[in-house]
Amino acid sequence: MKTIQVATTINGDSAEFVCGHDETLLDALRNRLGLTGAKEGCGTGDCGACSVRLDDRLVCSCLVLAAEAEGARIDTIEGLAQGETLHPLQQSFIDLAALQCGICTPGILVAAKALLDRNPEPTDTEIRYWLAGNLCRCTGYDKIVRAVQDAAAKMRSA
Amino acid sequence: MRYVRPETAEEAADLLGREEGVSRILAGGTDVLVQLKSGLVEPDLIVDIKRIAGMRDITPEDGGFRIGAAVSGAMLGEHAGVKALWPGVVEGFELIGSTQVQGRATMAGNLCNGSPAGDAVPSLVAAAAVARIQGPGGTRDCPVAEIPVGPGRTALGKGEIITSILLPARPARSGDAYLRFIPRTEMDIAVASAAVSLTLGADGRVAAARVALGAVAPTVRLVDAAAECLLGTGLEEDALAALAAACSAACRPIDDKRGTIAFRSQVAGVLARRAAAIAHQRAGRTS
Repeated sequence: MKTIQVATTINGDSAEFVCGHDETLLDALRNRLGLTGAKEGCGTGDCGACSVRLDDRLVCSCLVLAAEAEGARIDTIEGLAQGETLHPLQQSFIDLAALQCGICTPGILVAAKALLDRNPEPTDTEIRYWLAGNLCRCTGYDKIVRAVQDAAAKMRSA
Repeated sequence: MRYVRPETAEEAADLLGREEGVSRILAGGTDVLVQLKSGLVEPDLIVDIKRIAGMRDITPEDGGFRIGAAVSGAMLGEHAGVKALWPGVVEGFELIGSTQVQGRATMAGNLCNGSPAGDAVPSLVAAAAVARIQGPGGTRDCPVAEIPVGPGRTALGKGEIITSILLPARPARSGDAYLRFIPRTEMDIAVASAAVSLTLGADGRVAAARVALGAVAPTVRLVDAAAECLLGTGLEEDALAALAAACSAACRPIDDKRGTIAFRSQVAGVLARRAAAIAHQRAGRTS
């Protein structure tokens, strides 16, 4: 019993993969499914670069075993854009230069999407607390907060 | 390592009870996965309890609420009933980690991790919460206060798992609150903390109180001497000063990079009096 067969739903599509018993969801996404948007920063749930949604809950995929994805619904950064059309959050991050090296960006976008889904009009403070588990080591957070506000405003008026 | 996902608590306890190697229970995984990653523990068996019926349920029971062992911080924080009855328990649990960690972390996990600084535990102790435990031989109930026995150690025997935590009913005019000190505003481990739960009598004076301190002893500590300082009072200045002094006197903390013995002892008292004031205000609001 060295591997486990997992059947799950990723970004709305059913997916199956085989993984090790001790393999994380992050490793399975990246190495077995080719979904390399989620990044490994710390591997211990501190940096948020591996953020995905598991049954709608925002989680660090480095703190989830791949086997736990059985029967679950997973949403990753790869599902954010609609075809060639960027999500308003992605567009605002580009427009307002809310990224530099980009390692933290997929996780921040997934986390920000989860925030705006439940709170379409957050305050700056609410954004900062919600994103406290997403560390950025180059941009600083002001541009990120501004980009989230910009996207939120555009989504409200859409 | 073997990952298993039993469907019943009996099966989970049986698997854990019969495992000869190292085993770990997986609910939210926010501590276990970190231990795996760091190599701190190399389990032979991981038992995922999330598919067991009731583990992710919040169920009204005798005027209180039974919280399944796999209920996350996010789930608890969205439950209006629990927030109204035990706001201090919810606020303590919600202080743990980031939004991502809250999406997975559980109160039972925080309790079983055995850290004296676990933010979910002091409020549970102040609330006189009771853990239901499934073992290989059956179930038993144990006050949450008696679960931790030292840093990283619990009173759970081999094969035993906490399946739920009961937050009991409480009389009208009751309130609770939790405060911790950290040197930043978010995402940190308590240097000292205090939880206070109290009930006011018809005369507006404190009729019952429980005070618990975190991060100032090998385990979270219930301080009866501190609670007694509040009984019969209207939380006047002398009562609050006595409460703070009793809390500081009960501290047996360590000196480390996050705080000295003197600092932790003093701050625990300050936090207790502030938490008492918040609990008092909340108790007045429910009358």
